[in-house]
Amino acid sequence: MKLTLKIWRQENAKAKGRFETYKLDHISPDCSFLEMLDILNEQLVNDPIQLPVDTIAFDHDCREGICGMCSLYINGRPHGPEQGTTVCQLHMRRFNDGDTITIEPWRAGPFPVIKDLMVDRHAFDKIIQAGGFTSVSTGGVPDANAIPVRKEDADLAMDAAACIGCGACVASCKNASAMLFVAAKVSQLALLPQGKVEARERVHAMVAKMDELGFGNCTNTYACEAECPKNISVENIARMNREYFSASLTKAERKQSSGGVG
Amino acid sequence: MTKLNAKIPAGPLAAKWTEYKTHQKLVNPANKRKLDVIVVGTGLAGAAAAASFGEMGFKVKVFCIQDSPRRAHSIAAQGGINAAKNYPNDGDSIYRLFYDTIKGGDYRAREANVYRLAEVSNNIIDQCVAQGVPFAREYSGYLDNRSFGGAQVSRTFYARGQTGQQLLLGAYGALSKEIGRGHVELFHRHEMLDLVLIDGRARGIVARNVVTGELERFAAHAVVLATGGYGNVYFLSTNAMNSNGSAAWRAYKRGAFFANPAFVQIHPTCIPVHGDYQSKLTLMSESLRNDGRIWVPKNKEDAEKIRKGQLKPTQIAESDRDYYLERRYPAFGNLVPRDVASRAAKERCDAGFGVGNTGLAVYLDFAESIERLGRSVIEARYGNLFQMYEKIVDENPYETPMMIYPAVHYTMGGLWVDYELQTTIPGLFAAGEANFSDHGANRLGASALMQGLADGYFVLPYTIQNYLADQISVPRFKTDTPEFAEAERNVRNQIDKLLSVKGKQSVDTFHRRLGQIMWDNVGMGRNEAGLRQAITRIQELRAEFWKDVKVAGSATGVNQELEKALRLIDYLELGELMARDALLRNESCGGHFREEFQTEEGEALRDDANYKYVAAWEYQGESEPVKHIEKLDYEFIEVKTRNYKS
Repeated sequence: MKLTLKIWRQENAKAKGRFETYKLDHISPDCSFLEMLDILNEQLVNDPIQLPVDTIAFDHDCREGICGMCSLYINGRPHGPEQGTTVCQLHMRRFNDGDTITIEPWRAGPFPVIKDLMVDRHAFDKIIQAGGFTSVSTGGVPDANAIPVRKEDADLAMDAAACIGCGACVASCKNASAMLFVAAKVSQLALLPQGKVEARERVHAMVAKMDELGFGNCTNTYACEAECPKNISVENIARMNREYFSASLTKAERKQSSGGVG
Repeated sequence: MTKLNAKIPAGPLAAKWTEYKTHQKLVNPANKRKLDVIVVGTGLAGAAAAASFGEMGFKVKVFCIQDSPRRAHSIAAQGGINAAKNYPNDGDSIYRLFYDTIKGGDYRAREANVYRLAEVSNNIIDQCVAQGVPFAREYSGYLDNRSFGGAQVSRTFYARGQTGQQLLLGAYGALSKEIGRGHVELFHRHEMLDLVLIDGRARGIVARNVVTGELERFAAHAVVLATGGYGNVYFLSTNAMNSNGSAAWRAYKRGAFFANPAFVQIHPTCIPVHGDYQSKLTLMSESLRNDGRIWVPKNKEDAEKIRKGQLKPTQIAESDRDYYLERRYPAFGNLVPRDVASRAAKERCDAGFGVGNTGLAVYLDFAESIERLGRSVIEARYGNLFQMYEKIVDENPYETPMMIYPAVHYTMGGLWVDYELQTTIPGLFAAGEANFSDHGANRLGASALMQGLADGYFVLPYTIQNYLADQISVPRFKTDTPEFAEAERNVRNQIDKLLSVKGKQSVDTFHRRLGQIMWDNVGMGRNEAGLRQAITRIQELRAEFWKDVKVAGSATGVNQELEKALRLIDYLELGELMARDALLRNESCGGHFREEFQTEEGEALRDDANYKYVAAWEYQGESEPVKHIEKLDYEFIEVKTRNYKS
């Protein structure tokens, strides 16, 4: 396949970015999208004229759709044209010979560009740190089968827990809202008896942190669900809203504990 | 020769760990606050350890190379995690899990460590459920189990085909909780590039901030490496692109012994290689062998026609298929351990029965299971794996059999550790895949997750205390010491040297060439001539690398080429040690198959009289490394030839 690539280049967070155009030839349709970028980078390194060379920076790791590291905006869509797929699982057979492909980083205020196609998603970690867990310490827990969990609830919790934290939901949202990401974690834990205990404090803490970090509001456009590579459902947002309102009624709040056993 | 002391507690096998815990030293809460621990890596072992240390009250610094701890490669483990719960009432027990693991490892693992692993396996499941890990459940509301290779019981807990993801997110939650509370400080996008020793003890690290390119110094009273394995030395493996062996290798160069580097697991069920641009290989979970049957055509002519695209697998009559695992190993069938299954696939393909356009593939067929159980059951069990396969290969595995071939997956070898998971450098601990301790010469499926979490949640929190109890009067370290300066200079010089070569070949070109040497000579089948040749060729490649590598970009800011180059420096040395270790082990055991040592039926021929030991290598600078031996004494089980036939 012959391809023309328009790729966002930006030296660092402060630099001004721009699109650069690259040509590629002899790309196999069985090649993955990221392998295509590998080939381009090899071409840049091996080009004797282009000096000094700087390869195109992009995040990637597992290349099997589970780590959530890859984060490209391809032809105006997070993770590209295929439904329910991360970029690393996208193959060139989904494109046509001669295509021009535009590649950009996630565009969202809370995810500043680090370099080229690489963004900083540390804000997601901060939301989880605010309450995306059960406050259990290692040891001293009951036998795993002590508390039965309805299969239906366990399955719904698993559906929500499948979120890979890639940020496509934020990148696809015109408001840069992180509702789907937060809702997936809130739902997973609220659906399970182990997480229910502190469900109210959790939802408050996570939503407050999400707002503080500058993520926008949800206006129910559902772009997040449409672009989620793991098909996380917006039903989770509804579930989170229920949790949030019932928590607000009882004014549950997580109090900072005094510092473990120390 | 240094005497390796594994520090195994005395007493009966089942009492050793209790005995240890009863007599170990403890640190009181007020003193814990004065002690710093560095944890490098945030996979199952690292995240679990860092979270647990934080809960205990230690001051923890945790490092990951990705943008978030949640991306560590544990996330990609699919099939499940073993535990000896015996919920299905099928005869499982701690002893049986221990026994299967020792046997699966071909009697090259330490009895006491493995028993402890089996012992704490049940706590892991309890812990994960309490964290909200959504394990698969039955309609009763209780936990579901499935089978994995090398076992005759169902002891594997799972969360669809994403067990690693769910366990890691559980540990990540626990870690995040401790970060939020201020007990743990997170350094993301940091890569450890050297270990700092002060007076012979591990006291810190030098890490590169991969966003700014700056080298940063971090001090602590103890350092834990939970940095995973070194499978990417082969270039193509199922490891994530950023998984690397550098932290462990640099610790080796600071004096930590490296054990059994030759023990590499080649996983039987991976998607076959499809092109020379390929960047990595994708695993198809071993759990698929519960319901999939592995076969190749019985007739060579059929195999040839399939390779040419003239015949489809579904057109081959049942009587013309060779279910070679069921034929060779009637008792375990498709669920033989990984090393056995991989070799059997290689044997069939080498003999000319392979399928796919390269002839380097065998079928994994679900037709019978779909007929027996219905498509919806298979979809519920393996839906995400089938989908992943279809995306990569562009074929529907519900309709046509999957094609699979072995690929590098896991390294049983790693930093030598004693019973306390402490390396030969005092104060340096290694956990999870980064150490060598529990899997012998072959790891059983669903045991990596078990070991990572066992080390992190239930072993290190005890053993590190025993070490730190002696450190309570040692004040916090400053990083402006000559030792830190030397380590930083060491890394800086290496970076400068790499950037100054300005050669013609890219980093990946060298890495692919190294990978090819390793796969051909230190892969599934090894022999003396090939291993000797590999050593020479790696040395030549290393020399060529330092003359002709072209590392684009500069030392400041993000430079992914430089990151790769720094890792490759270590692979080019580690690969040689792997070949050396394989060359000196004149026997076949587990994943280490020396072609000279096999039975008439082609099974691995162990030599217990001469090689029932752990080989631990000591770095000697420019000179050849020295091999130390830790003899393995089996006090509690009878050492037998592995038999999966009857």
